[in-house]
Amino acid sequence: MSGESTYQPGNGFARWMDTRLPIMRLVHDNITDYPTPKNINYWWTFGGILTFCLVTQIVTGIILAMHYTPHVDHAFNSVEHIMRNVNYGWLIRYIHSNGASMFFLAVYIHIFRGMYYGSYKAPREVLWILGVIIYLLMIAAAFLGYMLPWGQMSLWGATVITNLFGAIPVVGDSLAIWLWGGFSVDNPTLNRFFSLHYLLPFLIFGVVILHIWALHVPGNNNPIGISVKSKQDTVPFHPYITVKDAFSLSIFLILFSYFIFFAPNVLGHADNYIPANPLVTPAHIVPEWYMLPFYAILRAVPDKLGGVILMFSAIFILFLLPWLDTSKVRSARYRPLFRQFFALFIIDCLLLGYLGAMPAEGIYVVLARVGTVYYFAHFLIILPLLGIVEKPKKVPESISASVLGGSAQAAE
Amino acid sequence: MIGRTPTLLAACLLLAGLSAPSTANAAGEAKHPQAVDWSFGGPFGTYDRSALRRGFQVYKEVCASCHGLNQIAFRNLAQPGGPEFSEAEVKAIAAEYEVTDGPDDYGDMFERPALPKDRLIEPYPNEKAARAANGGSYPPDLSLITKARSGGPDYIHALLTGYEDAPEGVEMRAGLYYNPYMPGGKIAMPAPLLEDLVEYGDGTPATVEQMSLDVTHFLNWTAEPELEARKKTGTMVLIYLTIFAGLLYFSMRRIWADQH
Repeated sequence: MSGESTYQPGNGFARWMDTRLPIMRLVHDNITDYPTPKNINYWWTFGGILTFCLVTQIVTGIILAMHYTPHVDHAFNSVEHIMRNVNYGWLIRYIHSNGASMFFLAVYIHIFRGMYYGSYKAPREVLWILGVIIYLLMIAAAFLGYMLPWGQMSLWGATVITNLFGAIPVVGDSLAIWLWGGFSVDNPTLNRFFSLHYLLPFLIFGVVILHIWALHVPGNNNPIGISVKSKQDTVPFHPYITVKDAFSLSIFLILFSYFIFFAPNVLGHADNYIPANPLVTPAHIVPEWYMLPFYAILRAVPDKLGGVILMFSAIFILFLLPWLDTSKVRSARYRPLFRQFFALFIIDCLLLGYLGAMPAEGIYVVLARVGTVYYFAHFLIILPLLGIVEKPKKVPESISASVLGGSAQAAE
Repeated sequence: MIGRTPTLLAACLLLAGLSAPSTANAAGEAKHPQAVDWSFGGPFGTYDRSALRRGFQVYKEVCASCHGLNQIAFRNLAQPGGPEFSEAEVKAIAAEYEVTDGPDDYGDMFERPALPKDRLIEPYPNEKAARAANGGSYPPDLSLITKARSGGPDYIHALLTGYEDAPEGVEMRAGLYYNPYMPGGKIAMPAPLLEDLVEYGDGTPATVEQMSLDVTHFLNWTAEPELEARKKTGTMVLIYLTIFAGLLYFSMRRIWADQH
């Protein structure tokens, strides 16, 4: 937190170091002693889980890159070489491929938690915006990474998405050719995608540091959404939060391990075990599950450019969320109407996800349009109006009052 | 809105950058394969060594005339978790084949008997030759086939045993065969298995069902040779994590005790 540092150098060397590079002070203030609201619940442990996911992806990714060959003639076979001949290669690759799914699962929980408890509201707007930037970079990294095994879905998924840029007026076609490094998705595309896929995680890492910095200035939001008023409201990050985060992470790892060891391919698509073939188009081109809602929005619009604009708007609208929500109350606990619309919004996102996996025909298209309209209506109509219309419930005086409330009354 | 579906569909396909409207074809109507109780299924599943060996025999004597297994080397047949032939058996199997090696010191290519390090021999020198020999169709490599088809081994087994006469009204071009499990119902491969097509060394009767189960078992191994190690490691990892989570839970309770 931006408050006073409580660090006391313990010995001569620490004092010497503290006046030169106060790194121990940084660690003490931001990890050991960082005051955290004592009432944060398990939904708050996903920040730690996400950090773990990022590091896991970077470590496994670096090892995979040692054995992978980014060339259209060798990429598919080099992945099979990893699976078959590299020591524990199958483990490293399955961690990495399922790790992407787990990363997105965690980030969606993290984002919805922020939405439910109003963690994007003042003074945490910049923290929220940095989070959306991380999410955007994650989507880019996942999309680039999915191309690397050079299976059928890699090739055709990349073809669909890069073709979107062709929808941009005037410069679209030249832009697509520039992105491809040729006239279709081919070896130059694979090469640059590999290079960028290696770059993006480090950019994400940088923004994550900014994200944590922006978190540590105002401090954590909490389930009741009112600001920390006294030391009574907080606990030091270590050991209280570290042990809780570790416990939550261990449960998350059980789910993660289930996928790695017992169902490593259920989240993927069978077609990606067929080597890429530019002459054969798969019957259904579908993205990974975590992109399906956006894919549904893209296909809901009968106009290519319109679909592209709407799909990107669906993500970029998140940047405006702190100003679209007009309610002064942060936590949904005290916003009865918002809670219902929040549930509807989640249902809408799940519906769009389902529709993204279905063929774009008949009733699916109609539903996708309804879902798309509702998605935007949630941000542009419902949230601004709710702040005016809704009568929030009474918010507690302080965090410790709300925590001790029940037992204090019982004692009287 | 419904009336405009064709335009919509066309727009979406255009959007998806597709050249052929394959989304709308009859592909979706394929018959659902029946679930087989594979020994390698479930969290503790392992391969049945004799099934793998019989399956390899079916592959070698039947499938290999048209389909390759380019991810598999002869040496893999001896590795743990597979058919586990002995080193000597693998050497003998490999020696049945000739491979082109070289160039030698004079710059010439030469033929030599295959060694355990060599990959299995491809049936055709290239895709063009394969298509020429198969009426224009390209028999896919089978190394990853159970992972590369939705339905996995169940689908492969259903396909191998599911050939039927085409129902009335379905017109079959020459060189295509009716199989309700194939998306679209038409497959260029004639029913590959016939009663007693192979003679099993262990005396198992070579019924179509048996051969299909065996070869699918074998092909699941070629797709997932790590399966046994994966499931065994996974079980240990889950036990470890459960204990670890329990310890963390009680540590947490203890640390937080003074806050309640």
